[in-house]
Amino acid sequence: MKIDSVGVVTPQYFTFAEPPDTLQLNSGRRLGPITLAYEAYGKLNAKKTNAILVCHALSGDAHAAGFHERDTSAGWWDDMIGPGKALDTNLYYVICANVIGGCKGSTGPSSINPETGKPYALDFPMITIADMVEAERHLIDFFGIEKLLCVIGGSMGGMQALQWASAYPERIIAAIPIATALKHSPQQIAFDEVIRQSIMADPAWRGGYYYEHGQPEKGLAVARMIGHITFMSDQSMEEKFSRKLKNDNLSFQFIDDFEVEGYLRYRGYNFVKRFDANSYLYITKAMDYFDLSGEKFMPAVKKTAVRFLVISFKSDWLYPTHQSQEIVRLLKRKHAYTTYFDLISTYGHDAFLIEIEDETRLIKNFLANVSPD
Amino acid sequence: MSVLIERIVVNMKSDHQIIANIINEGAHVLDLGCGNGELLAFLMQQKSALVQGIELDENQMHQCVERGLTVLQGDIESGLVDYPDKSFDFVILNQIMQQIKKADFVIQESLRVGKRVIVGFPNFAHIKPRFTLVFRGKTPINEALPYYWFETPNIRFLTISDFIDYCEKKEIKIEQQYYLGKSNPIHFMPNLFAQNALFVITRK
Repeated sequence: MKIDSVGVVTPQYFTFAEPPDTLQLNSGRRLGPITLAYEAYGKLNAKKTNAILVCHALSGDAHAAGFHERDTSAGWWDDMIGPGKALDTNLYYVICANVIGGCKGSTGPSSINPETGKPYALDFPMITIADMVEAERHLIDFFGIEKLLCVIGGSMGGMQALQWASAYPERIIAAIPIATALKHSPQQIAFDEVIRQSIMADPAWRGGYYYEHGQPEKGLAVARMIGHITFMSDQSMEEKFSRKLKNDNLSFQFIDDFEVEGYLRYRGYNFVKRFDANSYLYITKAMDYFDLSGEKFMPAVKKTAVRFLVISFKSDWLYPTHQSQEIVRLLKRKHAYTTYFDLISTYGHDAFLIEIEDETRLIKNFLANVSPD
Repeated sequence: MSVLIERIVVNMKSDHQIIANIINEGAHVLDLGCGNGELLAFLMQQKSALVQGIELDENQMHQCVERGLTVLQGDIESGLVDYPDKSFDFVILNQIMQQIKKADFVIQESLRVGKRVIVGFPNFAHIKPRFTLVFRGKTPINEALPYYWFETPNIRFLTISDFIDYCEKKEIKIEQQYYLGKSNPIHFMPNLFAQNALFVITRK
């Protein structure tokens, strides 16, 4: 185990919204009880002023750092969270929770519906980014944390950071939305719809009620392949695969001749083992519904004291630079003191998980000047 | 020329110190083209100013963040557009006037976004560049204009007289002005003897 790791971590569970006090959702429906799976690293100080909430992206989970018992692979943002790292666990108490609608321990479509004793499947209510943040807010209340030092996340995690700033500006000191947008563009919705259609077109999806039979593996794998194409850039794919062949010769058959094909198949079929197809449907829909543009952002606030660090990556065409610039423009209208970087990277949208050095430098220095008072 | 030139005695070392003296304690300050943030850090430290920088160069921006500044990546021409009127007590345009394309637009936008605007620029009519141009027939190079023609980022040259004329024409009020020599303030014939000029301007 490396010295700068948070070490072995154990997922925790927090349950709230027990009936009749169920959670009111954006859709008008109610949900409860709700369980959130979460992990926390570092130590919460006595005044509870050093907490940072990390929000995960579409297929992420609460396991952001460290290792689970008897597991060799680290959490999804382990490079960023730990002693001396960007989110320094010697200084900060770092919390990460699986979103509602997810499938990694938090209540979602694959959870058991207490009314039927069976998985919710499509009886699970539609959820939004605001609902996810509402659930996280309950978790933060449970910790007794009045004000988060920072909310940070990339992609859908960045949407949650923006949602936190908009809904609870008085409860956060800083926000770091990375590689994200105020709203999904038609192009982003279009990709999500193709992703959903590929799942729903698989006969094994069975209208969403597949849990007794197993996942719609083919549909979900294709959905994930589409996702992976959008996470990379033309340049990063050229560098990683070029037109390299898996074997020496073309097969003249419909098999994966090219390395890029092999990569996508591998990623797709691996994903099936770890992610619930219905969760993919619900969460992509939540992202499509997200819209904090214009007057919808911080509606009650004329001048905000929340400090922002906005980061985009030049080669990210899924959440392009202009979407982050739109966030910055809106923040200017709110008189927000904002730091914005459009970082050089060739990794496309994946950059927020890869460009650790630049992100660390920026986030560390930024957080060093964010104080609880 | 109807602009009343009120000469102010200055005895500071640099334009940074002058700017620090101009701004009030705790002022909200925006620096357009803030570079590595040296000035803003100085204002934060000297006057507890709340500062925002706008800069294009990523390396310089990293230095800003290391100094604890808020800085956003953007170009000077489009950087101000979204700020509401009078968002800042001061907007600073220091040593960038010679490098921006739409100078008039940027000054007008600065006057909208800031209650006051501080403009600092090298005076092209200083005796040395005049001499170099007229008698040596060469493009002037000195402390204030330290570039050869083939590598200069400067796209325009202006003089103290030019700027005063401009303010008069655009009905901009000059509240204060500072004329600087190599190391000391200039009181006599500034357009000829000042290397650098610093104006505090506001809407009439």
